Amino acid sequence: MDATTADIGLQRLAFTRKPDGWVTRLFDYKPFLVFLCMLPTIGLLVVFLTYPLGLGLWLSMTDATIGQPGEFIGIDNFLYLMEDPIFWMSVTNTIFYTTVATVGKFVLGLWLAMLLNHHIPFKAFLRAIVLLPWIVPTVLSSIAWWWIYSPQFSIVSYVIVDVLHLKDHYINFLGSPWPARWSLIVANIWRGIPFVAITLLAGLQTISPSLYEAALLDGASGWQKFRRITVPLLMPILAVALTLSVLFTFSDFQLVYAITRGGPFNTTHLMATLAFQRAIPGAQLGEGAAIAVSMIPFLIGATLLCFFGVGRRKWQQGEAND
Amino acid sequence: MTITRRDSFALGAAALGAASIPIVGARAAVDDVPTADVKTPEYKIEKGASLHVIRPAKFVDPDQTIWNENTKKFSEKTGIEVKVDFLSWEDLRPQLAVVANTGAGADIFISFGADPHIYSDKLVELTDLADYLGAKYGGWYDLALLYGRKWNTKNWIGIPVGGGTGPVMYRKSWVNEVGYTEIPNDLDKFLDLCQKLQKNGHPFGMSLGHAIGDANGFSEWLLWTHNAFVVDEKGKVALDSKETIASLKYATELYKTMVPGTLTWNDVGNNQAYTAGQIGMTFNGVSLYFTLLKSPDPKLNAVAADTFTQDTPKGFSARKPQSAAPINAMLFKHSKYPNAAKEYLRYMMEADQYGVWLSSCLGYWCQSLKAYSKMKFWESDPKLKPYSGALDSPFYDGYKGPISASSAAVIANYTVVDMFASVVSGATTAEAAAKQAARAAERYYKKA
Repeated sequence: MDATTADIGLQRLAFTRKPDGWVTRLFDYKPFLVFLCMLPTIGLLVVFLTYPLGLGLWLSMTDATIGQPGEFIGIDNFLYLMEDPIFWMSVTNTIFYTTVATVGKFVLGLWLAMLLNHHIPFKAFLRAIVLLPWIVPTVLSSIAWWWIYSPQFSIVSYVIVDVLHLKDHYINFLGSPWPARWSLIVANIWRGIPFVAITLLAGLQTISPSLYEAALLDGASGWQKFRRITVPLLMPILAVALTLSVLFTFSDFQLVYAITRGGPFNTTHLMATLAFQRAIPGAQLGEGAAIAVSMIPFLIGATLLCFFGVGRRKWQQGEAND
Repeated sequence: MTITRRDSFALGAAALGAASIPIVGARAAVDDVPTADVKTPEYKIEKGASLHVIRPAKFVDPDQTIWNENTKKFSEKTGIEVKVDFLSWEDLRPQLAVVANTGAGADIFISFGADPHIYSDKLVELTDLADYLGAKYGGWYDLALLYGRKWNTKNWIGIPVGGGTGPVMYRKSWVNEVGYTEIPNDLDKFLDLCQKLQKNGHPFGMSLGHAIGDANGFSEWLLWTHNAFVVDEKGKVALDSKETIASLKYATELYKTMVPGTLTWNDVGNNQAYTAGQIGMTFNGVSLYFTLLKSPDPKLNAVAADTFTQDTPKGFSARKPQSAAPINAMLFKHSKYPNAAKEYLRYMMEADQYGVWLSSCLGYWCQSLKAYSKMKFWESDPKLKPYSGALDSPFYDGYKGPISASSAAVIANYTVVDMFASVVSGATTAEAAAKQAARAAERYYKKA
């Protein structure tokens, strides 16, 4: 094909092109196209997020039980919960559990991250090991903790009593409210450290070593370097890690359910375990849903607090750090 | 005899799984069940009938194998295809709710306790079948009558298949050591026994933690021995009573004699402690005995030889203050083949099938029809005896009220268990705990 025929062909094409049909024009219309491309996502969100959340909200305002669909009863469930000492205990437990465990996780996690940030032998191997508590399915590690806290077969008690002879009787870790709460918090911290450590380690590695070198030349002490370089530059990732960690801890279920089931006498129930206890084994779906719904304001509050309280930086508004 | 920490660790793990017990002369023809001469009902089986049956997962292997063999025999005889699903216990109730509410799925559903009463309006009445079985096999036990029939009527809504219970299990040598030949029925003496056992380092132990079977059973025993109950005949909460307070005070004294840590035990807590020799007495199902007996470890076989069983002490109750967990077969109205289903249930409850199944389960399940108590296997080991009368009791969850979803909710929420736990641990007074528990129970009873 030579140049002339190709030209003619092009011209013919241009002349024969019909005016656009409505389908074509519709698809060329940008807002429509944007909407169309978002449909799958919207569909997924509606089916897997909005619907369950909406159903949960609806259930919380009914007296549904397992087996009976229930009727709308307004905020009756919430009014009952207001007067339910067990519910309030679960609220204070959850707040206490989240606060103490999060602080523990961040102090130890940051410390671990800074240790791992140094040049140490077998670095990759050690970092992999650190992740173990996070990788092991929580139910499995919970059962391990359950054995550790067993009043009869605890390895800790065994070492203290039978090997070291420091005490003459086994420790009753879970038998009374406060020891039980602390035991659960320790298990939660153990499980949460890797997430914090690895996330913060990633943050630490983005800090340019030249900053530390400059500080060294200026004669900064170790604490000053930590306070003036590490902490500010770590803030953005700290805020994200903190938010996620608080959310995970607040809605924790597996550890508590596997180790104490909320016992002794409901003193270690978290809101999540109490919601499950009432809704599924107890068959009071409506009441369980109401407890779960009550978690939402706390979760939103905790998220906002972490996000804006800790990381007041421009990156949150999409601008570069200065 | 000492068992190391590590031994008991492995044992605990073994006890968690279902133990396997051998089949003793099981499949032989059943000739030890006395029957009355009653005309067999003739159900006109629908053309092309097939059945879907759901029942709880096996306790022990024979539970499932014999059930399946019996079903196969039924299919061969009648040409009705039967599909049986064995469902884990936690999944049973949610699935049942789905089947009942959608009106689709299984024809026959075998589930625990109160379920026939919760779904009674969706079930086919089985009065003719139950009356026939009762007449032929020496009548139904009290608990079977309670669970099988609609409250205060003679209309059967379920066929009680069997149940399991947890009487006293104790180390005979240790109980003898402190001067008792058997477990006393009198509460003061029982307390005295427990105090002496504790002094000798072989204390009593029973869960008051969130152990769905053990802790609820134990706290019911504490209530019923003192003539206390959660609700009265009309289903009105009557927990806040002087009898309840007496039982709470008794429990406090008893708790002082128990091994430490029972507030944290789940359902395997006492099994582990008993196996390790840390407690000398507990309440438990027969499974623990068989785990010890069939263990490859001779030390544990010795524990089994020293283990004896007896009905739980009566206290102030006229009859054995202990319930059983009965399973009941329900036939749904949505079944297209109700006659085939009734025929299946009849067939499975007849001696040639049921007898083989029951004797192979060796006390894990106990019969609902009295004639089966005469079977020779019950005599094969004296330690099985308390288990043979599991359903011979007037007590049930939610005694004395109507059987309902409310009683099931009180059990599932550990309302009574937590009442005891909070008092024995000294966290609250008996009076306050009884009031609080009554209030919580009222919540569930109001809804029904």
